[in-house]
Amino acid sequence: MKFRIYRYNPETDAAPYMQDYEVGIGHGMLLDALLLIKEQDDSLSLRKSCREGVCGSDAMNINGRNGLACITPLSSLKEPVELRPLPGLPVIRDLIVDMTQFFKQYHSIKPYLVNNDPPPETERLQSPGEREHLNGLYECILCGCCSTSCPSFWWNPDKFVGPAGLLQAYRFIADTRDQATSERLDELEDPYRLFRCHTIMNCVDVCPKELNPTEAIGHIKDMMVRRLV
Amino acid sequence: MVSRVVVGAHYGLRDWLIQRVTAGVMALGILFLAVYLALHPHPGYEGWRALFSSGPVRTFSLLFLVCLYYHAWIGVRDIAMDYIKPVWLRLLVHVLVILTLIAYAIWSVQILWGL
Repeated sequence: MKFRIYRYNPETDAAPYMQDYEVGIGHGMLLDALLLIKEQDDSLSLRKSCREGVCGSDAMNINGRNGLACITPLSSLKEPVELRPLPGLPVIRDLIVDMTQFFKQYHSIKPYLVNNDPPPETERLQSPGEREHLNGLYECILCGCCSTSCPSFWWNPDKFVGPAGLLQAYRFIADTRDQATSERLDELEDPYRLFRCHTIMNCVDVCPKELNPTEAIGHIKDMMVRRLV
Repeated sequence: MVSRVVVGAHYGLRDWLIQRVTAGVMALGILFLAVYLALHPHPGYEGWRALFSSGPVRTFSLLFLVCLYYHAWIGVRDIAMDYIKPVWLRLLVHVLVILTLIAYAIWSVQILWGL
């Protein structure tokens, strides 16, 4: 199979370039092919860890669409397979991007349960119905596919929380055990942090876990409206 | 001045909501015009004159236009916030857009009421 891979080493290259590779593999996942390429050329840099779509390390732009190399079947790809780093983030080397901005936004929504009551003996209970609301929210693996496919995040990565962060924000707003709902809504009531979302829905299109950040953002707006009127 | 990123203006919901409401009003206006044109395919000068001499039509037309201007303000402001980075230039664009839209609103009253 033929591959065209984005190469850039800021220490030696003046500018990024595309390098062609060919490997004798036709089945399996894209990550398998990338590891074979790395055997040919060990200067190619990429992140990977769990190789089964759980850790979110090997997110990249595959034929123009963000996804995880480890769960993208080679049979689904048109040749030459063009691989680039996630768009919109600074490139450290080849397919490795600097995710600092992404995680800064994630941390800004306080991604942890805020509950000032003394912890009970066993656990803070939820009814099955209350727990149900967290489905489709907690599964996010923070691979960054959604935020880096979002034009609003490209233009304002320092100010717009981005779909991944907002999905997590709603995960804690929706959690009945959390006591900081109002503060969380206050912190998102902002023309940049939340309202840069223009419902483009690239996030929904690319999410490898098939989550729906746009819907979560809609729920946050609904809750703000309910609070306002 | 420090160059720290500042967010937290604590507005946005009201504008987002108003953009949706004004869109609804404009959709009604367009529907009304479409129905009118379906019933009167060739209104001509006299037809238009008769339509716009009615008080409710004038009032609703002004409402439609005010909604359009407010909707346009939010949309144009959003574009400026995405693409115009220097704060002074963005503020200038915001002010010019607001003044232009207010002028359009005044002009709309003049046109509708034939002042």
